[in-house]
Amino acid sequence: MTALFAQLLNGLDKGAAYALIALGLTLVFGTLGVVNFAHGALFMLGAFCAVTFRYLLTIEVVTTDPTQLSPWGQPLQVRTPIIQDWLGDWGAVIVDYSVPLSVLLAIPVMAAIGIAMERGLIRHFYKRTHAEQILVTFGLAIVIGEVVKTFYGPNPYPQPIPSDLRGTADIGAWFGLAPHILTYPIWRLVYLLFSLGVIGGVFAFLRFTTFGMVVRAGMADREAVGFLGIDIDRRFTIVFGLAAAVAGVAGAMYTPLLPPNYNMGMDFLVISFVVVVVGGMGSLPGAVLAGFLLGILQSFASMTEVKTLIPGIDQVIIYLAAVAVLLLRPRGLLGRRGVMES
Amino acid sequence: MNTLIRQSGLSRLFDLSRRDVITLLIFAAVVLTMPIWLAPLGAAYPGLMQKFAIYAIFAIGFNILFGLTGYLSFGHAAFLGVGSYTAVWSFKLLTMDILPAILFAIVVSGVFALVIGYFSLRRSGIYFSILTLAFAQMCYSLAYSVLTPITQGETGLLVARGDPRVLDTMLGVQAQTGGVPQPSMLGTTITGYTGFYVCAVVLILAFYVSQKIFASPFGMALRGIKSNQTRMVYTGFNTKPYMLAAFVISGMFAGLAGGLLAATDPIAGAERMRWTESGNVVLMTILGGVGTVIGPVIGAWVIKYFENIFSAINTGTLNEWFAFLPDGLQGVFVTVLSKFVGEGWHLTLGLLFVLIVVFLPGGLLEGSQRLAARFRRKKQPQRRELRQMEAGE
Repeated sequence: MTALFAQLLNGLDKGAAYALIALGLTLVFGTLGVVNFAHGALFMLGAFCAVTFRYLLTIEVVTTDPTQLSPWGQPLQVRTPIIQDWLGDWGAVIVDYSVPLSVLLAIPVMAAIGIAMERGLIRHFYKRTHAEQILVTFGLAIVIGEVVKTFYGPNPYPQPIPSDLRGTADIGAWFGLAPHILTYPIWRLVYLLFSLGVIGGVFAFLRFTTFGMVVRAGMADREAVGFLGIDIDRRFTIVFGLAAAVAGVAGAMYTPLLPPNYNMGMDFLVISFVVVVVGGMGSLPGAVLAGFLLGILQSFASMTEVKTLIPGIDQVIIYLAAVAVLLLRPRGLLGRRGVMES
Repeated sequence: MNTLIRQSGLSRLFDLSRRDVITLLIFAAVVLTMPIWLAPLGAAYPGLMQKFAIYAIFAIGFNILFGLTGYLSFGHAAFLGVGSYTAVWSFKLLTMDILPAILFAIVVSGVFALVIGYFSLRRSGIYFSILTLAFAQMCYSLAYSVLTPITQGETGLLVARGDPRVLDTMLGVQAQTGGVPQPSMLGTTITGYTGFYVCAVVLILAFYVSQKIFASPFGMALRGIKSNQTRMVYTGFNTKPYMLAAFVISGMFAGLAGGLLAATDPIAGAERMRWTESGNVVLMTILGGVGTVIGPVIGAWVIKYFENIFSAINTGTLNEWFAFLPDGLQGVFVTVLSKFVGEGWHLTLGLLFVLIVVFLPGGLLEGSQRLAARFRRKKQPQRRELRQMEAGE
């Protein structure tokens, strides 16, 4: 029983990443009607925001310390990150917390990239077919991946977890179980809470702000909102930026769990499309629900017992789920009747 | 009597319009003389020309699905990979002769296409693309994990000396002395140029089949499905078998290409099934011109040619080229351009992808036709005709 519960927890953090990416994909599809194959690349770019942030923080200055001598009798050269030089111990803490803090960099950068992408390329494709949208964004995903590769090289960049958040939390003990029966890495817990926060934030934004109301109205009937004299295109551009930022922070926070490389976007993209389809094209709650469900499903499928029963199931379970949903309930779990059902 | 049968058979075989026959003959001539006209372009290596022919077959097959029916499959690389694996297994178990290998490659990939197509074709549009992508990803990850006994995972499936090769042993074909056995056809070992000519002949056959399909009532029905499937269904037309047939044929072409890849170089790896390969064949097809007979071939050639040229360029060559510039400027040019060549070829490919879809959705063929039309208009203004042409397209 606890083993099952542990797998459930393990599935949640992966599911959280799927849910965040799928949320952005669905937002873009629901508002702009664009099938964005470059969304996984945005997730990857977010992860590289974390890499860059840490790189910037750890630029070092070399100072000579005349009070200490090296074994050769020279004054000792001390390398300290600039930020530590300026801020002392606070600087060290900031370097330690580079991953969560990189979200602050990722949000504006990714929003800007998203808006630039929409204005520069995507908006010329609203009236084209889905096939052409897929093709152009697919090409864009290749370009983004390759550009990252030229700057960062092909190798993954492991990112450290802040030292306070390493180790595991004894969740079992919180619920009155004996200690060490049910433990869970703290960072995964942080990621889970973080993504729940982001998801809640996005939903609240769409639900309780005037901007969100206009966007929701636009999702329901774009033309009618346009007739009311509202510049819906501009709003949708901002939504694209929002979706990019969500994907970006999802990627940045995920770096300690999976060292980013230029290729990771596509692996996540395929899965998150599956998530979107399972949840129901254009349904935001559906995307979130399906993200968590598929994450958990994948986690259960990678249990040793299941793997010995059906070898290889952990590799294909998500795709099998997608095939099953598409064939049996094409509008997805929470999709509206008649939306993209053909 | 005998002659009569032969005549009718022949006439049915060449039952193409005069225009198609001429195209076929010119095409055959162009393909077979490749070693001559590619020499000045610096691409007359047998290995590269084999790739030209093989990927052209792949693209022709893809075009039968995408060009005629408009269904965008994002998982065609799976069939290419399946074809390669089948061919190599045929080399290992039966014989080093490539004919059974290719035959098996076509049949097995056809069966795969039948299964995948049966499920995927229940949906259309983007759902179809995602379904095919999901199936291809399944094949890819299985080939890397559980199916390692069959696929050899990351190492790739190789032909070894000690393989059983039942047919070869039965027929008393001696294993070549020393080294790994080479694929052969009816006793002739496949080397660079024989390999190319085998591929070239198959390419011409594939082109002919594609012409036949385009000109047939079957092809007409597929086009009808592309332009308005609902209307086709309302007129009492069962579109399902047609779509499935197109999918399977297109999968078999991919399998044939995969088999040829293995026949010219007997190794099969899972990386041939990656989604990037599926993307590549889409790009080849749209670059040349979707829905035209010759377009995909041109697209495949252009991509493979530039891939070869661009990948070969390194910083040294760039430095030579820009040696005439002042040092500072030379450095800038070389640094910037070096990102696009060699290892960075994929960047160029991605950019090409975007540019083609944005500016030239009809591909190179349509582009050249538009250019030609512009020149013709300068000579004699026939606006009305042109407008009709555009409306027709």
